[in-house]
Amino acid sequence: MAKILKLRELSKKDVLISAGHRMCAGCGAPTVVKMVLMASDYPVIAANSTGCLEVSTCISDYTAWKIPWIHSAFENAAATISGVETMYRALKKQGKIDREIKFIAFGGDGGTYDIGLQSLSGAMERGHDMLYICYDNGAYMNTGIQRSSATPFGADTTTRPAGSAVPGKTEQRKNLTRIMAAHDIPYVAQASPSHWMDLMKKVRKALEIKGPKFMNILSPCNRGWRSRTDDSIMLSRLAVETCHWPLYEVENGVTKITFRPKQKRPVEDFLRPQGRFKHLFKPENEWIIKKSQEDIDREWEKLQKEEALFAS
Amino acid sequence: MKLKGWKEVTPGAVILEAGNAIEFKTGSWRAFKPVWKKEHCIQCLLCWLYCPDMAIKVKDGRRAEFDYDFCKGCGICALECPGKKGIKAIIMVEEEK
Amino acid sequence: MPKIVAATGNEGVANALRQVTPDVCAAYPITPQTELMQRFSSFVSNGQVQTELVLVESEHSAMSACVGASAAGGRVATATSSQGLALMWEILYIASGLRLPIVMPVVNRSLSAPLNIHCDHSDAMGARDSGWIQIWSENAQEAYDNTIQAFRIAEHLDIRLPVMICYDGFIIGHSISRIEYLEDGEVQNFVGEFRQVNPLLDIEHPLSYGPLILPDYYMEYRKAQDEVASKVSKIVLDVADEFKKLSGRKYGLFETYRLDDADIGIVILNSAAGTTKDVIDEFRDRGIKAGLLKPRLYRPFPYVEMGEALKYLKAICVLDRSDAFGGSFGQMFLDISTSLYPYDKKPLLINKIYGLGGRDYLPEHAEHVLNELIEITRSGKVKAYKEYIGVRE
Repeated sequence: MAKILKLRELSKKDVLISAGHRMCAGCGAPTVVKMVLMASDYPVIAANSTGCLEVSTCISDYTAWKIPWIHSAFENAAATISGVETMYRALKKQGKIDREIKFIAFGGDGGTYDIGLQSLSGAMERGHDMLYICYDNGAYMNTGIQRSSATPFGADTTTRPAGSAVPGKTEQRKNLTRIMAAHDIPYVAQASPSHWMDLMKKVRKALEIKGPKFMNILSPCNRGWRSRTDDSIMLSRLAVETCHWPLYEVENGVTKITFRPKQKRPVEDFLRPQGRFKHLFKPENEWIIKKSQEDIDREWEKLQKEEALFAS
Repeated sequence: MKLKGWKEVTPGAVILEAGNAIEFKTGSWRAFKPVWKKEHCIQCLLCWLYCPDMAIKVKDGRRAEFDYDFCKGCGICALECPGKKGIKAIIMVEEEK
Repeated sequence: MPKIVAATGNEGVANALRQVTPDVCAAYPITPQTELMQRFSSFVSNGQVQTELVLVESEHSAMSACVGASAAGGRVATATSSQGLALMWEILYIASGLRLPIVMPVVNRSLSAPLNIHCDHSDAMGARDSGWIQIWSENAQEAYDNTIQAFRIAEHLDIRLPVMICYDGFIIGHSISRIEYLEDGEVQNFVGEFRQVNPLLDIEHPLSYGPLILPDYYMEYRKAQDEVASKVSKIVLDVADEFKKLSGRKYGLFETYRLDDADIGIVILNSAAGTTKDVIDEFRDRGIKAGLLKPRLYRPFPYVEMGEALKYLKAICVLDRSDAFGGSFGQMFLDISTSLYPYDKKPLLINKIYGLGGRDYLPEHAEHVLNELIEITRSGKVKAYKEYIGVRE
């Protein structure tokens, strides 16, 4: 399993999401999907919650998906794929199907952290053999950058705009990866497209494990992050190097940090290139950056302690 | 293109042809255009990997030309390109009108 | 040899599901459907049926999992009531829009607020325009028979639409009555092998389900769906004919009772029809030409056939066990009015709302209605077009 992934070899595989999709220029999500599907050596069937990825990849008579794919509604990608997977098990038991097929659900942070959390939690608890991938771009981007529970502290969104009385989002981001780990499912991981090998190895590992798996993958959105169209990979790298988005996995309850920055960069390095955090650099909002740094430090510390606990 | 009538649409709006989005060209969205300087290319394939629009062709494990039918000109390839000895193999130029 | 048993309606329907053996059943418990799924689950636990159960965390997920399972390419069932059906509402439209032949018994119950667990028809009436076929059942035998026929109707290659089988909560669901069961083999032969249409599990032919459709095509898809509905009546009758050969029991789009030469008539759904038939007999004994029509296929509503059956009457009362709030009439009254609208000479129509939240429907209610219809035919005047009956002032 843990074989080294070589781009040269990977580039010979059929890319299972096609050109001609209508995601914005520079969007992180198609790259995430491309990496996830490329990582699999098995045929994959996917469900997709309503959102950017869904509306832009399957529209009118055109689909960018080269794998069987289903979109039902916003909050039910996990329940939908759980139905597909159950039918697969039923027909396999009856001898009507014999191929090994893997089942993946894709949802944005709105469809995963918020409106679809119950459906996700239910599907994970029921033990379906499926991988849920959250592509987290930190707000309701499809409908125009409204705040979600994945929106980072202090970020400017259209429903919590930074103004003279409110400095952007005043609540901390929900730590969904930990919530999923608390389901005691066999595999939970956090990944970033900048660290593509780490991401793809995690997908490969997840697909080899029977039962419910969850991966939270950072997916930069230049429209919502108010950044350049060419910096989505760079920003996802900065998120990792500042430990805003630590790369780790929790396998059978054992935490392992999969990438340790040589030198942890200050959170400002991640915040500064993004227009959604511009107001934080005003003197009156300094405390927000300070608090963000403290939150990151505490979580990073916690992860390291957890890892050490299992290492000993 | 002639639009189909209600008798011709697929029941349940199911799309039967996988990956037919390839018929929908997105190249016209481009404001800036990536240009590949082959001589500075080390064939790392990162541009191919990071391209969100599947707009970089590869042949036998080596990168080939851009597929301008689909490239939206985001510039990720140019930014991520390590180049050869510090000289990038992809540069962005303004799209010709 | 049919087996005659004394069983609750829920037990009968659970047995029908066992005999049909769906590949996947995703469900969430809710009163008064609970007994149905409990019984079905015990069949699963005891190896009496080879169905994969998905014990979801909500009805929203139940219907979502059914959508996934059905699109995957197999036979799918669920069941619900009341708030559960309301929670499914969003996905009901997706199931029908994607043309997925899911079968769902709906054990009718009122809607909150105020909270109430007893029978009325508000739940299924709220879903009447969701694109699902609705078949209503007077008693446990009909609920059992309709459940079996529903799979044939839903899965018919000319239709591929989901079907609800409605029967009254507690009154039918929990009461023990006589049911004649078909043999397992007979049921299995009748429903036949599931025929896949565009299965998602076909890895060799990857399909995309659920695209975004813009204004340039949305209406074409809706028109196509409307057109499919026009084929349903004939298929319901064909399936009923075949079912009669098997069981000896006759079903149509609706049932008429002493209606042919009637002057006055009552239109009523489900269990209350039984009570009404007894009262009609009493009136007939007194020489009064009274009759009854009990709809079976409620969606798509057979407007033409219904109009033809009712147009000869002088006065009709439509009894609704639900109300369409907003100064309007009960839902079925609106449909019956529509069926009669094309005729120059048509009966006078009144609407009574009865039995909400499990309020008893008694013979005297039917008597009261029939007496009022007699008075209307005599005077040609209607005092009130809509009235609640069995309610305290």
